[in-house]
Amino acid sequence: MNTLILIEHEDGTVKDASLATVTAAAKLGSVHALVAGEGEAARTAAEAAAKIEGVQKVLLASDAAYGQNLAENLAALIVPLMDGYEALLCAATSTGKNIAPRVAAKLDVMQVSDILSVEGERTFTRPIYAGNAIATVESSDAKLVITVRGTAFAKASREGGSAPVEEISGPGDQGVSQFVSLEGSKSERPELTSARIVVSGGRALKDAETFQQLITPLADKLGAAIGASRAAVDAGYIPNDFQVGQTGKIVAPEVYLAIGISGAIQHLAGMKDSKTIIAINKDPDAPIFQVADIGLVGDLFQIVPELTEKL
Amino acid sequence: MKILVPVKRVLDYNVRPRVKPDGSGVDLANVKMSMNPFDEIAVEEAIRLKEKGVADEIVAVSIGPAKAQETLRTALAMGADRAILVEIDQDVEPLGVAKILKAIADEEQPALIVMGKQAIDDDANQTGQMLAALLDRPQGTFASAVTVEDDQVSVTREVDGGLETVRLSLPAIVTTDLRLNEPRYASLPNIMKAKKKPLETKSPADYAVDVVPRLKTLSVTEPPVRQAGVKVGSVDELVAKLKDLGVTA
Repeated sequence: MNTLILIEHEDGTVKDASLATVTAAAKLGSVHALVAGEGEAARTAAEAAAKIEGVQKVLLASDAAYGQNLAENLAALIVPLMDGYEALLCAATSTGKNIAPRVAAKLDVMQVSDILSVEGERTFTRPIYAGNAIATVESSDAKLVITVRGTAFAKASREGGSAPVEEISGPGDQGVSQFVSLEGSKSERPELTSARIVVSGGRALKDAETFQQLITPLADKLGAAIGASRAAVDAGYIPNDFQVGQTGKIVAPEVYLAIGISGAIQHLAGMKDSKTIIAINKDPDAPIFQVADIGLVGDLFQIVPELTEKL
Repeated sequence: MKILVPVKRVLDYNVRPRVKPDGSGVDLANVKMSMNPFDEIAVEEAIRLKEKGVADEIVAVSIGPAKAQETLRTALAMGADRAILVEIDQDVEPLGVAKILKAIADEEQPALIVMGKQAIDDDANQTGQMLAALLDRPQGTFASAVTVEDDQVSVTREVDGGLETVRLSLPAIVTTDLRLNEPRYASLPNIMKAKKKPLETKSPADYAVDVVPRLKTLSVTEPPVRQAGVKVGSVDELVAKLKDLGVTA
């Protein structure tokens, strides 16, 4: 099967989520990578994509219309390309989730969202009901459109490939949507979805200041990314792109520290595939302890500073 | 302008789903069902646009069993003006739903379609994008702020790296994220009034749409159960465990 994957990139670097997508696509057949973007950054990203192990060809579409990942423009670029491919795979990120269903509908196929595994050429597993059930589905469509859960597949190596880069052109700006601005919450920390260690805080942290005072030093000590429950985000302790859960980010780090998080099903959906889960909570009956490998019952306001100091 | 709000009847978000022993799906017999939480946010946003004088009519639509009437009555009690139920007993996939919604949008000609970003049962996150594609209109997905200005709508979107704002030409499709608003409760008088609001019942055949599923569910299983963990008694023990895991400063 010939597969096309949409590469996500930033500042000329291919994002980790796209490396996992390459691994998933390789299970289906040959892998061609589409890099769409603007100017030099897109060119650099295409060269980086060409080096990814398993990528056989890179298509580079460089145009101002593709600089901001607008779904209208990118779907219009991808749909005609699909004449030559049996499958399109995108990472299940905010970009992939935005674009892939638009392509699927144009191709008149049902998308398979957020796959966890490839069971056969047309058979995949995916989570439903906030990860409380796993469905195995088989597609009967002529072409496959798939989004891939990044934490469920190993990342393809950034080295080892030497694919040719072919420049292509697309229909450009569709004229119905415009990028206005991006307010990023940039940080020096590891990215939440690819971090080895995640320290996450919940509502019990009281306010934004306390969250910063307790969680940040511990995360610094561990070189960890910071996450949060929905309750902590809704209470304004931290911006919403730190939210872990069904409606936020899905993470599966080696170690997940849940601090003052009760463990509602929506939160568990975002982190229960972590290798080791550690919970600190004053309520011994909190549901988080049912999934935690290591639990410590007690007052986080004493435990967290002590833990930070002793590490 | 007219706003169309599609709503879905789903297993209530507080109910823990149970997988049927035969692996055919999740047991929905005798469990509490409610409006998909993201759709409540969509209804609320439409009402707020009406209260601001931006919208003059709100049409709620649901595609599902006869009982989805209850979900539409909830939308009417919150403030929608009328409702359309496309009655069908089988599950309809996002692509089928998008096709029915396209047919309804062609008839109703709404300037804005506001809907949830995903349903909490199938977790697909597709219908809004698919509808936008079929209508060939722009999409503002995962919205946390919506402002209508003349013939355009500005949508602030929750994306992985922060908040992105896009400007779309109307008509457009907006899908709602959690932080767009806090949905209101329907008051008792409004629930009574909603019973008298018009609710039209249709079938997929009225729109000549094929809703045969494209994906076959081979099985539904429980996720793997995690091994029971241990509780430690002190920070020192926790530090020791962390060191065993290779997690140290």
